[in-house]
Amino acid sequence: MISSKRNTLSLSTADRRLGAILGLLAVTAAMVAVSILFFLIDESRPLLNRISPARLILDASWHPTQGLYDLSPMLSATLLASLGALLLAVPVGIGSALFGRYYAAAWLTAGYRRMIELLAGIPSVVYGFWGLTMLAPWIGRFEPPGVSLLTAILVLAIMILPTVALTADAALAAVPQSRHRCAAALGLSRWTAISGVLLPSARKGIVSGILLAAARAVGETMAVLMVAGNVVQHPHGLFDPVRTLAANIALEMAYAGGDHRAALFASGLVLLCIVLILAGTVQWYKARDFYDQK
Amino acid sequence: MKNTGFSILVLATLAAIGWTFLTPDALRNGPTVEKLTLTGSSTIAPLAAEIGKRFEMLHPGARIDVQSGGSSRGIGDARTGLAHIGLASRALKADESDLHAHTIALDGIALIINQSNPVPALGRKQIVEIFTGKINNWRDVGGTDAPITVVNKAEGRSTLELFLQFFGLQGTDVKPHVIIGDNQQGIKTVAGNANAIGYVSIGSAAYEAEHGAPIKLLPLDDAEATIDNVRNGSFPLSRPLNLVTHGKAYGLAESFIEFAQSDQVHDLIEAQYFVPIYR
Repeated sequence: MISSKRNTLSLSTADRRLGAILGLLAVTAAMVAVSILFFLIDESRPLLNRISPARLILDASWHPTQGLYDLSPMLSATLLASLGALLLAVPVGIGSALFGRYYAAAWLTAGYRRMIELLAGIPSVVYGFWGLTMLAPWIGRFEPPGVSLLTAILVLAIMILPTVALTADAALAAVPQSRHRCAAALGLSRWTAISGVLLPSARKGIVSGILLAAARAVGETMAVLMVAGNVVQHPHGLFDPVRTLAANIALEMAYAGGDHRAALFASGLVLLCIVLILAGTVQWYKARDFYDQK
Repeated sequence: MKNTGFSILVLATLAAIGWTFLTPDALRNGPTVEKLTLTGSSTIAPLAAEIGKRFEMLHPGARIDVQSGGSSRGIGDARTGLAHIGLASRALKADESDLHAHTIALDGIALIINQSNPVPALGRKQIVEIFTGKINNWRDVGGTDAPITVVNKAEGRSTLELFLQFFGLQGTDVKPHVIIGDNQQGIKTVAGNANAIGYVSIGSAAYEAEHGAPIKLLPLDDAEATIDNVRNGSFPLSRPLNLVTHGKAYGLAESFIEFAQSDQVHDLIEAQYFVPIYR
């Protein structure tokens, strides 16, 4: 703890006061997260009290105004789109971090990192707009209608690429200098040092970054809404239009009432559960100290 | 003292929080508030809420409370007196002659295709067969040999409801390739796909087509899809948006209806892509 007094044995009044206020603010932030969870549960209860939760994945289709609440096509679409985006973004993101840190010339590195940071700052709706007006018509020329699982994967991959690249870069930067020197002293080639020493040392940070990117992909709404086609179906191929859970809420919430509304809150609850599982995995993975234990 | 600035900040924050929480109470205990309850059609509810906000600004003592729940609820609540004004996005039926309908705007929807599509018009039967998947190539309706992309609206939208009702379809009958949310997204989708067909509010389609979007509005039953034709009643795929009262409106309800029918709210009506009526 950093103290604002020279005598560090006891806290000054200023520190104690600041500590109390900061604690209060922290509790407020935590309470917001908890209250959102309770809010979702409370809003979806009118429906879940009456029908069994199993119907959310066993009903014949998603036609909430006709009493059919099957969320499973949207669940599979959400997971497939995120998985596809990760398959594209992870190799490119890690490659870009390695390039920026170990291969690029110094003058190039700074500019390159600024570019990636810029990519991270572009609002998602801009990606969606680009996907809808450029990417989807282009894919549609080969496989109509163009808006599809593939378009969603491509747009999501571009969106989460900077998250993967920047966290991987930060993780590589945090590898202690001593490991670099040891690798050099052993006479390892650059690639052997990277693959055998540096990447494994940075593994924890890189994997956490990937899981964070996955959470972002799962929750992304506007961009996916614009490019995925939004037809509720289990995709049979990359060119099938799909609807994700987040897009479902955004599409229908404005005009939903009664059970329909409650069903949308239930999809929000499912979405939150997925993100909680991802966040939990990050914590569990970070807590495992596997590399340093060896 | 070093901490003064900080203390002021904290106090100011607390004061702001207190202010936010306490003000509504102060308002509630204020001078006489007259409340007007409107219930009914989810199509009109957003528009009625906007009109209500502007009305409250002009009449400080009035509170406009809008709840949606469907046109039938609007009719029922107006009849039983649960609401001062009912909202119904349809004309009154023969057995509803005890009620008065005050039309505030018209809602029409147009079928749109890409500008490069040579098909000049579609009949009702052809439209039904395209949207139910029985026709899936433009060749079958006089166009080029290309698969049709059916663009449908998301569940719950009033445009979808009017479209289904007009063509006598169920939500499950439609076999869409793309589902869209708002009108803009529909126009962008059709503009970017040469083989797409969709439907959106006439107001937004006409506006975008005028401003260079590569889309075509299809005529229906020989009536061109224009705002003028919705207004003069010759375009069939349209409906009136009504404020419904039981008996003659009086007092605050009367002045609200007058306000909602005046040209002071035409910008609000157009912002929701409905067609205002000039009197």
